[in-house]
Amino acid sequence: MRTFFLLIVLAWMTTGTAFGAADNSGSPDLFGRIGNTSSADHHKLAILQGPFKNGPQVTKVCLTCHTESAKHVMATKHWTWNFSNKVTGQNLGKLSVLNSFCGSPHSNWTVCSDCHVGYGWKPNGIPIDARAYDFTNESNVDCLVCHDTTGEYHKSPEDGGQVFDLAEVAMSVGRTSRKTCGKCHFFGGGGDGVKHGDMDSSLYSPNRSLDVHMHAGGLNFNCTTCHTTIGHQIAGSRYTPKAKDLHGIDVPGWTDATRTSCESCHGFTPHPKHPRLNNHARRVACQTCHIPFLARGGKKTKIWWDWSTATRLNSEGKPFSEKDADGYETYTSQKGTFRWASQIVPEYFWFNGLIQYTLPGDPIANERPLKINNISGSYGDSGSRIWPFKVMQGKQAYDPVQHKLLIVHTAGDDDSALWKHFNWDKAIKAGMASVNDTSYSGKYDFVETKMYWPAAHMVAPVADALKCTECHSRNGRLANLTGFYMPGRDRFPLMDTLGWILVAIVSIGSLSHAALRIYFDVKERR
Amino acid sequence: MKKVFIYSSFERFWHWTQAALIVMLMLSGFEIHGSYVLWGFEKSVQLHRHLAWGLIVLWAFAIFWHFTTGNWRQYIPTTQKLAEVAIYYTKGIFEHLPHPYKLTKLRKHNPLQRLAYLFFKLIISPATWISGLLYMYFTEWTAWGLAGYLSLFWVAGIHTAAAFLMMAFFCGHVYMAFVCSPITAHIRAMITGYEEVEEDE
Ligand code: HEM
Repeated sequence: MRTFFLLIVLAWMTTGTAFGAADNSGSPDLFGRIGNTSSADHHKLAILQGPFKNGPQVTKVCLTCHTESAKHVMATKHWTWNFSNKVTGQNLGKLSVLNSFCGSPHSNWTVCSDCHVGYGWKPNGIPIDARAYDFTNESNVDCLVCHDTTGEYHKSPEDGGQVFDLAEVAMSVGRTSRKTCGKCHFFGGGGDGVKHGDMDSSLYSPNRSLDVHMHAGGLNFNCTTCHTTIGHQIAGSRYTPKAKDLHGIDVPGWTDATRTSCESCHGFTPHPKHPRLNNHARRVACQTCHIPFLARGGKKTKIWWDWSTATRLNSEGKPFSEKDADGYETYTSQKGTFRWASQIVPEYFWFNGLIQYTLPGDPIANERPLKINNISGSYGDSGSRIWPFKVMQGKQAYDPVQHKLLIVHTAGDDDSALWKHFNWDKAIKAGMASVNDTSYSGKYDFVETKMYWPAAHMVAPVADALKCTECHSRNGRLANLTGFYMPGRDRFPLMDTLGWILVAIVSIGSLSHAALRIYFDVKERR
Repeated sequence: MKKVFIYSSFERFWHWTQAALIVMLMLSGFEIHGSYVLWGFEKSVQLHRHLAWGLIVLWAFAIFWHFTTGNWRQYIPTTQKLAEVAIYYTKGIFEHLPHPYKLTKLRKHNPLQRLAYLFFKLIISPATWISGLLYMYFTEWTAWGLAGYLSLFWVAGIHTAAAFLMMAFFCGHVYMAFVCSPITAHIRAMITGYEEVEEDE
């Protein structure tokens, strides 16, 4: 039955949305088909021969056939940078939240807009802010950034400008790939592997042990194999993760047809020979055992970012930086102090998918470190499972009078950007002004913060998954999760002591009895 | 001295199989409990589950046997000669006095044994398998409507407590098996079925 469903799902994936088409890599798909199975070869379309002066011109041509695509893209988070959490009522998305890495994109468009799927944040090279950006202009949708298959396309002038042939890129369009998605998602937080801990450039071409699904010489999954996409809406969310899939295998017509959970393909009983482990899956996310470490692809991830030490200059009054033995920056005058790590044991928490953010403008809680996002879940809540997290820590600017986190203007060529002028006060004023917030008291300080990043990628095959005793042992990985009994980890200290004493008494008693018998025996025989 | 047939073949089979199962269950159980590393947690869990089923099946047969043969009466406690037997083991045995209790096929346990085995059969064993089965089916509690009444902490606690009692019983029992003369007499009896008893006057 299980295999049957898997086959259905695989067949659906291959004929339908996920792959099969336009695989330019020459490697066979799941059904052994090699080559381009797309129904259109864009090289044969005269309209795409160019020449093109800029991206929007290409987009306009795309839209002549794909008439609705821009509208679809413009309805996504990739475009709006806006997301509203229906449960918490919080307005999230990049335009609203603040993270514990670079903070907020507001006032920092010159850098941050590079990962927006649109053109026009820097008309004539000068960044504009979100209030001025035209979110309604269809020709601003950047089709190529996701659909490029040449690897040549770059939007950002910082990447060396437009040295490639736009027409060639336009004619070579195809499905998205680990490369196109990774270009932004592997580099979140300002560099390779910085943000997530479970995503970095090692996933461009992972081996089986690093990612059993994306294994370049094996299943070779794309991001969209799981992040199913319909009308450019991409399944899966960092804001509302599915902590426990209740649908199981997603058979077309029966369920919501999203595959961003392990259960969507593997069902609820993924271990045919180990019912024990299937039972675990009710309360333990698959990720917990199958993502044994974070940052296990050879790259490090950032685990500590202390902004409070930024703006130090060297004896010549110039910014400087320091690196560790592996070449990772441990200090820069622009950004402060960093700590990096690879092969990190994740932290584990009960998680039901509900995340509450500390948003800019919210009064901050008294707890320290302050939680930038607060995850919920508990043993008692049957919708919760134990999940692995990367916990990012550091220090961020806040207003000690207003008790609010501050938006800092870091990147830019103007006269207030922190990374150019190293003046916090100016940079904060500019940052807050960019969101029309006039409440800044003029005092700033740094507060220690924490941010939770559930891990769901770099999924290991059985051989690399966790063994029982990683958790079922006295000081195992789940030592901090209290309130429930776990064999091998927990015991009954008093009873254990009494039990061993009882066993000792019986044994010593028996041995003494034996000794006496021998003693009297020998005595009698004399 | 004369040889008396005391232990039927089923009893002997049951006894030794149970002994082997309990030793293995004890070893694997306390590894699961985290007391030491022996076969590795994973192996111990698997072993413990399989052996536990073996023991339960064996017990089912044994209970059936006890009732169909009437042998359950062997465990009816008695105070008759209880004191004498106790005094024998603390005093008489050192002076090589004769055992105050004569075994026959109908009374194969002395009063002290009766009490000990009754405790084993009525308290330790049921506590072990009831708590063990509940433990095993922990994930079904909700489906069975038990979730509101049980906590794994208590179930595991009772199972572990029973396991400690069983270990203590086991240690004493093994020693007592050699408290006879010659010291292998009981063991031999449990293998051959024949025990040597003193002739009636
Ligand atoms: C009817 C027979 C038995 C059953 C059904 C049974 C079942 C279980 C189960 C289900 C566990 C939990 C580990 C797991 O999930 O696999 C367990 C643990 C354990 N068992 Fe048994 N068992 C039985 C007999 C025994 C015996 C005879 C002993 C020792 C004399 C024993 C000692 C232990 C110990 C010490 C643990 C660890 C408890 C803890 O730390 O939580 N068990 N048993």
